[in-house]
Amino acid sequence: MHRQNVTLRIIKDRAFKVFVILLAFLSMLPLFLIIFYIIKSGLSSLNWDFFLELPKPVGEKGGGIANALIGSFILVIIASLPSILLGIAAGIYLSEHKESKLAYWARLAVDVLQGTPSIVIGIIAYLWVVVPMSGFSVLSGGIALGIMMLPMIIKTTEETLNLIPYSLKEASLALGVPYYRTILRVILPAGVSGIMTGILISIARVAGETAPLLFTAFGNAFMNWNFIKPVNALPLLIYNYATSPYPEWHRVAWGASCVLVGLVLTLNLVVRIVTRRWSVQF
Amino acid sequence: METPYPNKMVVSPKHSSQGAESAFQKIILIAALALVVLLVAIFLSMLFHALPSLKAFGIFFPFSKIWDPVSGTFGALPFLVGTLLTSFLALLISLPFSIAIAICIGEFFREGLLSSFLKNVTDLVAGIPSIIYGFWALFVLVPIVRNFEIKLGIFPYGLGIFTASLILSVMIIPYSASIAREVIAFVPTDIKEAAYSLGATRQEVITKVILPYARSGIATGILLALGRALGETMAVTMVIGNSNRIPRSLFSPANTMASVIANEFTEATGRLYLSSLIEVGLLLFLVTLIINVIGRYMIKKMSIEV
Repeated sequence: MHRQNVTLRIIKDRAFKVFVILLAFLSMLPLFLIIFYIIKSGLSSLNWDFFLELPKPVGEKGGGIANALIGSFILVIIASLPSILLGIAAGIYLSEHKESKLAYWARLAVDVLQGTPSIVIGIIAYLWVVVPMSGFSVLSGGIALGIMMLPMIIKTTEETLNLIPYSLKEASLALGVPYYRTILRVILPAGVSGIMTGILISIARVAGETAPLLFTAFGNAFMNWNFIKPVNALPLLIYNYATSPYPEWHRVAWGASCVLVGLVLTLNLVVRIVTRRWSVQF
Repeated sequence: METPYPNKMVVSPKHSSQGAESAFQKIILIAALALVVLLVAIFLSMLFHALPSLKAFGIFFPFSKIWDPVSGTFGALPFLVGTLLTSFLALLISLPFSIAIAICIGEFFREGLLSSFLKNVTDLVAGIPSIIYGFWALFVLVPIVRNFEIKLGIFPYGLGIFTASLILSVMIIPYSASIAREVIAFVPTDIKEAAYSLGATRQEVITKVILPYARSGIATGILLALGRALGETMAVTMVIGNSNRIPRSLFSPANTMASVIANEFTEATGRLYLSSLIEVGLLLFLVTLIINVIGRYMIKKMSIEV
């Protein structure tokens, strides 16, 4: 009787382990299904023309995503420049004045901003840029994405700078180097790989964002180089084509998904290599 | 704690660098200040633009159930219900999976190939853009759910709360698993060993010692996943069916707060319509703000690095 009880418990233990591992692997299944499905339906439409041509109207064969690729690229550039500068400056403040009252509130603001739904950021960019300029534009989309990039850049900058030992700063100050030059020429370069990682992660994240672009960048069937005109972006193109009723547009959307997922995965891979090769170590 | 070397103490030989010094200090101060101002400005400008709707519908806006742009009557209850249903259903579906992942990484395979594989794949799940999930769900998940509904004998919409919750549950697994795995890994060895020494099997240690010990961490993870689920826009918008009525069942089409904004914002004609949508956005912002502040406080209390 007692013996049987123990065997039962051992069986239960084994079954539990198998069950837990099964559940864990089951939860990965959708990811692989998605990647498999995207490659299966998207790969066939990928060729040089797909990257170089503009979208064609319904009914015509072919057509590419050149305008969306360039649009996404421009949007990310516009978003990155101000938020990298602002993010690094704020990150320096947070790591240099850890205990100040402003640092407390700024950290809270960063956390809240990180959790703010992307659609809300879209509304804000609409109210702040689209309404005053009375039109959807590249600029408004870039600003929306820029706000989304900020929290990640600030957090990684702060965390990286916190890792750099105090002795490095002391050594520089002892040589008579002014404080600001110590930060800019000694501390920042020492943490550059960490900060780069943050920037790359945030770019990978906003490159796939759709919601903040719906009523800012808006989308455009043509190439656009004008900053105050609407522009297409890869995720916007996927959204518009995926929800259209035309099979040939769906094919283009699958191809574009292939490109977008490839882009995001490559960026993540680069981040992983950067952190492994040049991680901040002391 | 004061910085051991306040800036005033830095003696600089050249006068010009004093100016650069204070300019540098000012720049980083302004940058930090800008963050706080940015957040306050987001709140205030949404509040300002929501004023017409606030004045017209008062405090009953979130609780009145008619959203009719044609007659100009706006109430957010259908979206509130839709948001809560999809988010909580998604949490419910994802919970066993995220706890299983957390147990695998935090207890069964702490190091080695399997653990790094699981970690990398969960990171990847979080990295895939939501538009991709939406697109896939629209073309693969919707037909499956439709067949399922035919078998159940209910109207086969395919699109609806259930489909949205399914895809949402896949997307939020990394968020609830990430904190749970940290706390499970941090359960002190001595209490585990105490249980083993009493003759407990590993399964008993996990269910009776580790999980109860880690419950606050698991709860925090769920909270953060909830914050993420509430605000998720694209994937949900594509498969929820976009109906502005209060959903009758888990399979009926609905709208969430985020999806109604995504769908109707560019079409909103008239000041009151736009203002009502902005008020929905403001509600969403405040709800996620509260959830994130509580989650942050709970993480601080556990003092773990996530």
